[in-house]
Amino acid sequence: MSGHSNYEPKTGFERWLDVRLPIVRLAYDSVVDFPTPKNLNYWWTFGGILAFCLGIQIVTGVILAMHYVPHVDYAFASVERIMRDVNYGWLVRYMHANGASMFFVAVYVHIFRGLYYGSYKAPREVLWILGCVIYLLMMATAFMGYVLPWGQMSFHGAVVITNLFGALPVVGPSITTWLWGGFAVDDPTLNRFFSLHYLLPFMIAGVVILHIWALHVPGNNNPTGVNVKSKADTVPFHPYYTVKDGFAIAVFMLMFASFVFFNPNALGDAVNYVPANPLVTPAHIVPEWYFLPFYAILRAVPNKLAGVLGMFGAIAMLFVLPWLDTSKVRSMRYRPTAKLYFFIFVATCLVLGFCGGRLPDDHVIPKLTTFTLLDADLNSMVWLSRIAATYYFAYFLLILPILGLTETPLPQPESISEPVLSHSANAPAGAAASPEKRG
Amino acid sequence: MLRKGIALAALGLAIIATPAMAATTHAEPKDMHWSFEGPFGKFDQGQLQRGYKVYREVCSACHSMNLMSFRNLGQKGGPFYDEKYKNPNDNPYVKAIAKDYQVNDIDSETGDVVQRPGTSADKFPNPFPNEPAARASNGGALPPDLSDMAKARELGPRYIYSILTGYEDAGPNMTVPPGKHYNPYMPGDMGAFWKGSAATIPEGGFIAMPPPLVADKVTFDDGTKATLDQEAKDVVAFLVWASEPKMEERKSFGLAAMIYLLIFTGLLYVSYKRIWRNVSH
Amino acid sequence: MADTVVGANPDPHAAGEDPNRRDFIHIAATVAAVGAVGGLAWPFIDQMNPAGDTLALASVEFDLTKVETGQQVTIKWRGKPLFIRRRTGKEIAEAIKGDTADLRDKQTDESRHKPGKAEWLILVGTCTHLGCVPTFGGGDYGGWFCPCHGSVYDTSGRIRKGPAPKNLEVPEYTFLSDTKVKVG
Repeated sequence: MSGHSNYEPKTGFERWLDVRLPIVRLAYDSVVDFPTPKNLNYWWTFGGILAFCLGIQIVTGVILAMHYVPHVDYAFASVERIMRDVNYGWLVRYMHANGASMFFVAVYVHIFRGLYYGSYKAPREVLWILGCVIYLLMMATAFMGYVLPWGQMSFHGAVVITNLFGALPVVGPSITTWLWGGFAVDDPTLNRFFSLHYLLPFMIAGVVILHIWALHVPGNNNPTGVNVKSKADTVPFHPYYTVKDGFAIAVFMLMFASFVFFNPNALGDAVNYVPANPLVTPAHIVPEWYFLPFYAILRAVPNKLAGVLGMFGAIAMLFVLPWLDTSKVRSMRYRPTAKLYFFIFVATCLVLGFCGGRLPDDHVIPKLTTFTLLDADLNSMVWLSRIAATYYFAYFLLILPILGLTETPLPQPESISEPVLSHSANAPAGAAASPEKRG
Repeated sequence: MLRKGIALAALGLAIIATPAMAATTHAEPKDMHWSFEGPFGKFDQGQLQRGYKVYREVCSACHSMNLMSFRNLGQKGGPFYDEKYKNPNDNPYVKAIAKDYQVNDIDSETGDVVQRPGTSADKFPNPFPNEPAARASNGGALPPDLSDMAKARELGPRYIYSILTGYEDAGPNMTVPPGKHYNPYMPGDMGAFWKGSAATIPEGGFIAMPPPLVADKVTFDDGTKATLDQEAKDVVAFLVWASEPKMEERKSFGLAAMIYLLIFTGLLYVSYKRIWRNVSH
Repeated sequence: MADTVVGANPDPHAAGEDPNRRDFIHIAATVAAVGAVGGLAWPFIDQMNPAGDTLALASVEFDLTKVETGQQVTIKWRGKPLFIRRRTGKEIAEAIKGDTADLRDKQTDESRHKPGKAEWLILVGTCTHLGCVPTFGGGDYGGWFCPCHGSVYDTSGRIRKGPAPKNLEVPEYTFLSDTKVKVG
């Protein structure tokens, strides 16, 4: 979108540097002068919030690595030493632990925003796929990071997740042994997880740069989904969006701080304060909240391999989404039917998360036993997971492809400025009345 | 040898006896409150001192606290913190407590294992030399380490208080195995031990620890009456402090951080509104 | 958001506003942001300082009966060697004689031991040049000799020859009894 650069070196040094390494020009073009649609709402601030989260995780993580000992005999005690003896160690560790949750809160909002406003559609497919890669890397990083404190849930979580690979035909057992570096999750596993947990965030940072690059080629999508037509549709990124993102980050920090300082263990599992014991599995083994929907899909399928495929398939859906959605209209603001299915999809993901945190045989409606269907009572978490998982896949594989061909979208505005203009002139011209309009 | 065998057998039993899908139940922990709760909550130093006494005279006979050192007792916010001694290692009270214990050391000249009086830098001594020894002395059950106990259980403080004060006689319908004690707050499955109707299976489970506290088990130095309730409340406060010794520092830091962030957010909001004032969007 | 003006190039610094008030809020917000970063930076820096358990081992008690006259015992204190030397009468006399010599780092022997305890010399055993550990009894003055770069110390631990700029450091210590010292 920005074909040419408006950067003009002011000082002699800047002119000298610009010829040799135009880094100031790059920064100026991408975060100062970058033309950004002027109608981005608060849902668009989560990109900046995510950059903030990544920064916090890397800084606190590097600090924790100064004090952490990746050895089965010392890992738990070294984390406790950080909490008890290292100056402000409690702060750094609680920031890192809660920061992971905050990171996922933000990334989920960011993903759902993209789903709603059609940010994955042409010409932003690569941008979207890079985002999916970041999400995958985040999950790998979070999983390996959770193993490091070497508590009960760390250990048995690692056992369960690494065993997933055992479901693969023929190569499965060799892969698990290779992952472990032994016959079970043990010291070699902990050491390699520590090494990779340190490495992956920097790979994430690398893909984030590509993600931003891919964003800056077509420019931002916007709540109307309509392409930018003229300069009147945009404002320069700085100061308009630096201050808006800054404000959103500050609000986000308030929430973050309320967890770190006043409820630091609310999002974690109490059992992880018990040192790992390979001989005893905790009564109720659950992953951290951000993995629960996938965990529910895994358990919804009675076959091990099929369950694993279902879980990874749920993520794979995101990668191929740009080619599953057949609608030419980007924003669901103008797709009332799709909007309805979208909100059911959001609810489905929440339901899956809820199921993932319960035992499969738990009743959905308390104390009500209905009848056994196939292998479980109908009023059980496992059946609720199955229904929800079915909708999850149907949303991608049936609803979006078919709906794009059959639905009748509302008229879209001519340009970004048009609904904006009519909105401020109090002329309720179709689109401008949409309720989620903000900011 | 025999003791070891029994311990190992009990360990094996414990593993087998824990099926993955057991209908585990427990009573909701008692609704108790302490001074350290809430965003402004602080520990009551007198209570921490009493709680430490309960730990030292009762719990520590079987339970280790491997993450605690004597010096921790004298650090800021601890039971024996004294403003005169910023360095907890110099706190005379802490030194006196440490000196009461004999700890193993290596004689620097002969290399022999010797016993010397503890110093404030020493860790709380472990009542047993290793895990099998601990199990052997406790009928196969391992008394868990208490350093993190208040964080390592759901609703930690309320749970510990409920266990300590919640022992019950479940009546003639229950078969209590030898060396076990029924406690409704302990997660467990009573189905196999209940002779009454299936609808009235009591909540809770068996715990290997006999009721540890009774009234006047300890004598509090500050004259507080040592009721069961008081002892339990005090030792819970001590355990919460031990699990999270930096809690007060965290909360006061957090308060300042929140106030700062609120102001910062307000400023940014006004700045944002001003910058966007003339943009229709 | 019923705004009135819609321009192709919206100007945040619209006319008709007191410029001082207009800028103040942006400056204040920027300053607050810098303050937030600074406030968070301190814990991140302070975490590298010695932790509680490290500080707990910062003082050691030592039983002096283990040292024979004319001998030195080296113990580890704060990760560094600590020389505890029980000097002979001859060594003390030589050290006092050295008070009048041309010293690089002028100190009397009297000031380098506790009053009335001339027998006991307690020093941090790292050469003040670049931190090597000097060897006991070496060099021309019968004190210590540093093998790295040839610094020579006398029986009071004062620098007499070689590149080191200062005398061997006397740590903070107290006699708890006639036979027990606490260092640190």
